Amino acid sequence: MSERASFDIRRMPGFVAIALATFLVLYAPIVTLVIYSFNAGMSVALWEGFSWRWYEAAMHNQQIQDAAVRSVIVASFASVFATVLATMAALGTTRVRPFRGQTTIYALINQPLMVPEIVTGVALLIVFATVKQATGYSGLGYLILAHTAFCIPFAYLPIRARLEGLDRSLETAAADLYATPWRAFRRVTLPLMMPGIVAGAMLAFVISLDDVVITEFVKSAGQDTLPTYMLGQLRRAVTPEINAISTVLLFISVAIVSAFFVLNRKKA
Amino acid sequence: MHAPKPSVDASHPAPAPARTGALNLADEARKREVRTSWLLSAPALLVLVTAASGPLLIVLVYSFLAAGDYGGVVWSLSGEGWFKVFLSRDIFDDTVGIADAHLTIFWRSVRLSMLTTLICIALGFPTAWFIATRSRESRNVWLFLITIPFWTNLLIRTFAIMEVIRSEGIVNTVLMTAGVIERPIQMMYTDFAILLGMAYVYLPLMVLPLYAAMERLDFRLIEAAYDLYASRWRVLRRIVVPLVKPGLIAGSILVFIPSLGAYVTPRVLGGGKNMMLGNLIELQFGQGRNWPLGAALSLTLLVIVMVALIFYVRIVQKEAASRE
Repeated sequence: MSERASFDIRRMPGFVAIALATFLVLYAPIVTLVIYSFNAGMSVALWEGFSWRWYEAAMHNQQIQDAAVRSVIVASFASVFATVLATMAALGTTRVRPFRGQTTIYALINQPLMVPEIVTGVALLIVFATVKQATGYSGLGYLILAHTAFCIPFAYLPIRARLEGLDRSLETAAADLYATPWRAFRRVTLPLMMPGIVAGAMLAFVISLDDVVITEFVKSAGQDTLPTYMLGQLRRAVTPEINAISTVLLFISVAIVSAFFVLNRKKA
Repeated sequence: MHAPKPSVDASHPAPAPARTGALNLADEARKREVRTSWLLSAPALLVLVTAASGPLLIVLVYSFLAAGDYGGVVWSLSGEGWFKVFLSRDIFDDTVGIADAHLTIFWRSVRLSMLTTLICIALGFPTAWFIATRSRESRNVWLFLITIPFWTNLLIRTFAIMEVIRSEGIVNTVLMTAGVIERPIQMMYTDFAILLGMAYVYLPLMVLPLYAAMERLDFRLIEAAYDLYASRWRVLRRIVVPLVKPGLIAGSILVFIPSLGAYVTPRVLGGGKNMMLGNLIELQFGQGRNWPLGAALSLTLLVIVMVALIFYVRIVQKEAASRE
């Protein structure tokens, strides 16, 4: 309130109230969900005391266990693959003089961000149904491949942003000191890129872990991940068990995103 | 000083005497650089073409095939899939029953997406303004608070809304306990529920670009307007809105496009009756067993999205051009 000598040019009538109400609306449902995951009773509206009951129930549910393991496997593979591929692509497309085809590369990389998920899901359903029939393989490979593809842009953007801000002179200095190109890359460029790479990997992991639509269309029978398992359960009677899983997923996402923020803050 | 189409010799002029030799060398180096770029990008592109872009082409092929009896397709050319999409748009043709159903769903998708965008502007604009006018440190905290829901699973957020509005949910329980209503208000499985859910889920997508635009705002212009006796409303309309227009458009596109293709939110909150385009598409690949129609509907959705994107790019380019 320092600049409020007489007339605050930054003030707009009602804006503060609307903004605060928006934050309230944004958080109230999520907070409610978290609180009621600890409810002793069945209800999602009547509080009957604190309990870990639904977390225990979720933990002992074989389907949930399997889905959780599957989610983590897919997200781990997909985020690692996507990050490696995105790092290479970023090295190929950043800090180079513009070349013919560069726009095409950008378009292809960013394409998953523009096409509605339902369309990609349907497209993959069609292709993978044929491949599954032809090869007889119906493992997690399809999910990992699909997730890798749509995670690439999420990994690519922070890595590219980091790379663009890098000082070329450090690498030139390494080369002047007779470092081979590979050595200069390993010892200079790569460490400098690391915050971007880690950030990209984390985003990719969260995006893969949260995906519902594409997974729903690509998965074979009995290949539920946590989100698709939850989506299936929402059709039936909802138990606070779902609240418990949601809360766990929520905290994983929040933890990863917080770490991402910290990483990015250091950069700046 | 960038040439629109950079050629090798233009950007690296070699000294005159050794011109040809140096040119060849520069040419070689340039070629190698470009080749490295492609080699490094190739693995990512391969995955993207296999599992993102390529399958879209196959959807195009499928949309022109005949439907199999138990899902899948029969490999014979047929316009039936597209025929059904376009017929559904024909209001004046009352001979086909399904047409009305498709039309209703198309209209619901467009209407709810536009309303979602408007609600997000109404709430997002003041919120972004609020964040942009905080002190530098607290700004980051508020921004972080907007980002958290953005990165939280969409299904969980939809589910959280469901817990609030369903018959045994918070709102109804509180109102009934307080004696305001006798029977729960039916909010689930209505267009209202979908609208509420989508606005809730996509709001951060509006706030973030708006904030980015407002953060760069030159507040001296606003001060000048006030000095010239402009009212707050006039400043908002004539100074702030035109200046943050790129952010406003970006936010609108970012909200409108996923709303149009929404699948999870209408499925959970709208139920089987209040379908949107995404659910209609899914239906054709599930119970509907009409893959060509599903493929044609997917491409229709894709075309609408692309048109919206092109529209957006045009406006941004025009803005950029007018600023120079």
